[in-house]
Amino acid sequence: MQYEAVIGLEVHAQLLTESKIFCGCSTQFGAEPNTQVCPVCLGMPGVLPVLNRKALEYTIKTGLAMNCKISPYSRFARKNYFYPDLPKGYQISQYELPLCEDGYLEIITDGERRKIRIKRIHLEEDAGKNIHDLSGYSFVDFNRTGVPLMEIVSEPDIKTPKEAALYMKKLRAILRYLGVCDGNLEQGSLRCDANVSVRPVGSQEYGVKTEIKNINSFRFVEKALEYEIKRQIKLINNGEKIIQETRLWDSITGTTQSMRSKEEAHDYRYFPEPDLAPVVVSSDWIEKIKKNMPELPDAKIERFIKDYGLPAYDAEILTEEKSLSEWFEEAVRLGGKPKEIANWIMVELLRILNEENKDITECNFKPSQLVELVNLVDKGIINRNIAKEVFEEVYKTGKSAEFIVKEKGLTQISDDSVIIEAIKQVMDKNPKEVDRFKNGEEKLIGFFVGQVMKLTKGKANPKLVNELVLKILKEQ
Amino acid sequence: MELHKLTLTELSKMINRGEVRPHEVIIDVFKRVQEIEPKVKAYITLTTDKAYEMARDAENAIFAGKRNLLTGIPIAIKDNICTKGILTTCASKILYNFYPPYESTVTSKLLKQKYILTGKTNMDEFAMGSSTENSGFHITRNPWDLERVPGGSSGGSAAAVAADECIAALGSDTGGSIRQPASFCGVVGLKPTYGRVSRFGLVAFASSLDQIGPITKSVADSALMMNVIAGHDPMDSTSAPIESTDFREYLGHDVKGLKIGIPKEYFIEGMDKEVEERIKEAINQLESLGCIPVEISLPHTEYAVATYYIVATSEASSNLARYDGVKYGLRAQGNDLLDMYMKTRSKGFGAEVKRRIMLGTYSLSAGYYDAYYKKALQVRTLIKSDFEKAFENVDFIVTPTAPSPAFKIGEKIDDPLQMYLSDIFTISINLAGVPAISLPCGFSGKGLPIGLQIIGKPFDEAGILQLAYAYEQSMPWHKMKPNL
Repeated sequence: MQYEAVIGLEVHAQLLTESKIFCGCSTQFGAEPNTQVCPVCLGMPGVLPVLNRKALEYTIKTGLAMNCKISPYSRFARKNYFYPDLPKGYQISQYELPLCEDGYLEIITDGERRKIRIKRIHLEEDAGKNIHDLSGYSFVDFNRTGVPLMEIVSEPDIKTPKEAALYMKKLRAILRYLGVCDGNLEQGSLRCDANVSVRPVGSQEYGVKTEIKNINSFRFVEKALEYEIKRQIKLINNGEKIIQETRLWDSITGTTQSMRSKEEAHDYRYFPEPDLAPVVVSSDWIEKIKKNMPELPDAKIERFIKDYGLPAYDAEILTEEKSLSEWFEEAVRLGGKPKEIANWIMVELLRILNEENKDITECNFKPSQLVELVNLVDKGIINRNIAKEVFEEVYKTGKSAEFIVKEKGLTQISDDSVIIEAIKQVMDKNPKEVDRFKNGEEKLIGFFVGQVMKLTKGKANPKLVNELVLKILKEQ
Repeated sequence: MELHKLTLTELSKMINRGEVRPHEVIIDVFKRVQEIEPKVKAYITLTTDKAYEMARDAENAIFAGKRNLLTGIPIAIKDNICTKGILTTCASKILYNFYPPYESTVTSKLLKQKYILTGKTNMDEFAMGSSTENSGFHITRNPWDLERVPGGSSGGSAAAVAADECIAALGSDTGGSIRQPASFCGVVGLKPTYGRVSRFGLVAFASSLDQIGPITKSVADSALMMNVIAGHDPMDSTSAPIESTDFREYLGHDVKGLKIGIPKEYFIEGMDKEVEERIKEAINQLESLGCIPVEISLPHTEYAVATYYIVATSEASSNLARYDGVKYGLRAQGNDLLDMYMKTRSKGFGAEVKRRIMLGTYSLSAGYYDAYYKKALQVRTLIKSDFEKAFENVDFIVTPTAPSPAFKIGEKIDDPLQMYLSDIFTISINLAGVPAISLPCGFSGKGLPIGLQIIGKPFDEAGILQLAYAYEQSMPWHKMKPNL
């Protein structure tokens, strides 16, 4: 039997507010343990939470970007459970009345546009971190306690692991465009839990689902889901039952392991948080936030296609990161031809950034430098192949392209006499090939061009070489 | 001169006029404490050294011309209100070593006025109880009869005020914890409107019901304390964004023509005869002052106790989760995390606290939430609307504060249900969030004080104080002192 997967994602995103959600402590990542704490986030007896309006604004912004309804009236609730990293013994979260509901975001999968519905987006506080060392004691770092966290829950509309990854990418792009989350899965500022079940293709009923936690990279979103779907199908084929449980992704073994069953699941005893008034969001406020929304990925893709005449594929890649799209637009503004610039970015720049595991914002290569380089090619000063070499040099040293071309003597040879001289040398060295060409083996033209390029260390104008080789050979 | 016997109003005037120095006051009060405390045991911690320092600060302030209402006034604070660097236990073994690193909003306000802290008073553990017998450390005795309880949970504060071991005190009231001990000890206790006084720094029992308020020797003293402690606090999201007023504004104003509601549900079969008589006499007195008694109904009164014990315990079960041995307070050694949690909480909490945590945990559990917690919230709304409707026709509601005078130590401690019923007249007020005061209205045959409760509209503390003051000044009760 053929099976299909039903996947829903629960994504936690740490908000980029200066201070924590219920107190004034800093949210900076990486500080010494317990240096960004106060009586409120430490859950001292008698303290009270005060909601950070900025966190609320960021969540509303996200809700709007994901086409959600923003509830005019929502409320916080307490989620009760004991754990050392949870100083109050409860997490302030939202339960019955979340801030945002009923939205969607679009992904393009195999050329098809698909809406993935968003069930809800709510605001809550992050927990601290337990640290276990070799002494046998455990320690708790409360710096992260109270960092604002947004939970974005999708409907089970995702059908394949690839779609799940696309959804995550789109979601991350939106969060980064909005400037509400830095989207770093490795550092945990963006976290993903997946609910997954399988069913026979065509069936309308859901199978028993499992929840997978600890998916901390984009690569693992796909891998973990692929593994889990295979595992579930194998169980069914073996006549075994799938148990509703929480499973932990182990990136080292590439498997999921059972963490706790449904019976062991916590009863969180949610109830309305009495220390906080219900959250009332006025329509005026929503309008104000709407007015200040930045351009989002989908709109930008469309604009890039329309205004710059780019293929959809290029537009999508260039807009994945806001910073990259801005880099591209700056290069075009400085006179670069859009498609030409797009090619350079996608083929050369992204390759080198990828090799160095860097972000466009982390390198010193400027749009003006690329435009200068492309202009040298346009003017015929260097050819395309040499330009690639120059690009690497500019990228690494920061020197101007023109300077490098002069310094290394890479200027294109467009002088007929020099090229003819080179052609003659090549013909003298390869009399057999000259004979074969005469006898009709015209494809050997490539061989001669290649040899000439080699002899001129790649600097010869390839177009000119082509013309002259053909002319001279035919004249023989 | 026996300075400790003075009211806050009297002493504040004398200090302000320079007739007496804070240093003399504190010497006299601590002399009294030394004499009386072994009998009454109102305090958990006496802050003697700190008090002398604070007296010196007060004198410096006066010398610099910065006099305030509470400058140099010895005040006792209930031990569930956080005082920076001063032991704050909530009368619980689980916080036996807790020195708060921060100051509550109310005591910050007192500090700005250069008050003198006499000490932290005894209470029922985490404010759960009606007799102060649930203290994790020791019991407190009623100054009027040392064989009897002072009421609770603010029993230490009420006893300290009644025994002149301080000039005034702060308590907290979740279901009657200021008013019932005030009634038992013959002093004045005010529970302000929910949101009137900041809860920041009050160790939470039931967050939607808790409110800090003054326990004082007179109605005027209560108004004076309110002038200092009331007001919006940005640190407490449930504090009302209402500017504070001068609560003494209407003291001495005529009460002629005020309508006072007498709810029939509060005069029930089986209630203490002497209490009933005293309250009826008080109502007659109010009538003779020109008030118009009107019989009213608060139809959902009979559900108040049940509702309260679901709402309060549910919130408490969550509020008390933080006492887990990880960060502060008691930690018992365990074999693993769960074992440490269980041993710490088993050792640290007393029986009543455990009982309420279990009740609350049950009410919030999956499958029971709708039947208990949710239902209780619905009934709470009905109780609140009872009061709203009643206040469409009357200005105030007058009832007994407690169904009986102070009972004997040990009399109800093994019968939680009987104990819970001693708050039967005060609990609805917290559920509705309205303000109420208890003030003395006479004595039982055995010489035990009886309290009259006056309930007002939301944020009408000034009105309550006006009516209470008129009654108080027309009667001799506030001048009576226990024979210690």
